[in-house]
Amino acid sequence: MLSTKLKFSYVIISTIAFLILFMDISTVFATTAEAAVEPAVPEVAQHVWWYWPLILLILSFVLGIFAVLAGVGGGVLYVPIVSGFLPFHLDFVRGAGLIVALAGALAAGPGLLRKGMADLRLAIPMALIASTCAIGGAMIGLALPTNVVQTLLGATILGIVAIMLKAKKSEFPNVPKPDALSQSLRIMGVYHEPTLGKDIKWQIHRTPMGLGLFVIIGVMAGMFGLGAGWANVPVLNLLLGAPIKISVATSKFLLSITDTSAAWIYMNNGAVLPLMVVPSVVGIMLGSFIGVKVLTVTKPAVIRILVIVVLGVAGLKALLKGLGIG
Amino acid sequence: MAQQATEEQILYANILNKGMLVGLIGLVVTFIIYGAGILKPVIPLEQVQNYWVMPVGDYLEQTGIQAGWAWLGNMKYGDMLNFLPIAFLSLLTIVCYLAIIPGLVRKKDTAYVVLAVVEVIVLAVAASGILGSGGH
Repeated sequence: MLSTKLKFSYVIISTIAFLILFMDISTVFATTAEAAVEPAVPEVAQHVWWYWPLILLILSFVLGIFAVLAGVGGGVLYVPIVSGFLPFHLDFVRGAGLIVALAGALAAGPGLLRKGMADLRLAIPMALIASTCAIGGAMIGLALPTNVVQTLLGATILGIVAIMLKAKKSEFPNVPKPDALSQSLRIMGVYHEPTLGKDIKWQIHRTPMGLGLFVIIGVMAGMFGLGAGWANVPVLNLLLGAPIKISVATSKFLLSITDTSAAWIYMNNGAVLPLMVVPSVVGIMLGSFIGVKVLTVTKPAVIRILVIVVLGVAGLKALLKGLGIG
Repeated sequence: MAQQATEEQILYANILNKGMLVGLIGLVVTFIIYGAGILKPVIPLEQVQNYWVMPVGDYLEQTGIQAGWAWLGNMKYGDMLNFLPIAFLSLLTIVCYLAIIPGLVRKKDTAYVVLAVVEVIVLAVAASGILGSGGH
């Protein structure tokens, strides 16, 4: 009982502290951001050049730790929080968010592939659909007015919060019979499960429906610059029936392909600024590294609740900002 | 039962691993060159914060920066040099796919050869800039 109360207090206090921190930054920037958009000739710089890159580095570092502890991708935290509370325009935040998610996926990919956790045969068909649609999503996202994208982003983030709260996971889903498409593509495999000390055989079903959902996932990843792990994992695990570890690893690897196509669209449209991208990538990567170390001594469930709350606030902020209320 | 990590997977992983390391080191090195002012940037460092608050279309219009692959011809500038490792990282997936295609062809894995070739085309089209560049 006491333990539950302590956990609850910890979550409340941490959340308030987190929010206060962001509200302060947001308030400081409410004026500078508005002032800087208006003039045709830029005003004199308000800060030394490294001020905001340093803030991004620190924030991304924190997000990197939290992302690992909460079991979510860095991009899904990065885009709503940075666009909602810092002065950067959503176009550049989405460009940076994609490169952040891409770099994380590229870094994780080799290890996951070598261990046989990320499955190339499972990833390739899904990646083709998602990466093609991500191009469309990126083009739509860059063509739509900012307030529309911001509103849709807010709604999407709130949807992700709902998925995180509701979605269950299945360690070894029961797939009695693989479907014809997955059989013809030979999407099946074996991986070693150390907790059970044995090899696990897996296969998938409902492949056409899964491919259909990757159309939506791709469009959303491109439009909002989010890594799409939050959507990939439930589709791979709950719909297709891949074991949770294969789903998580293949999802992470999939991002390296999906985000590549969308990242090129943002880059070719000028929406990638190195002064934002590099500190963010370095921060997230260092944070993820520390996060893995911290994971053994923290309670991920508490962190997960905290991240869901922060993501909910960021989603709400994006929604209100898009509607011109926030 | 043998653990699953196919020949293509290992090849893909090895290329990705080396490429990712080169790309990330390049990202840090070029950023140091940019931040330390070793190469002069197109947009002065102090001025960038005045542009990242505006839509990308306004940014391109006000700075006169050309989007797309124009950075390739301007690598003498610190900020443009940073696009080299970013582009390198973004091209890695295409390289990995190209590397596994011969193995798939040898195995007569026609479906995956087609999927891999189409993926390379999709990514190459995205990278080429022919789908439009210049922001909204």
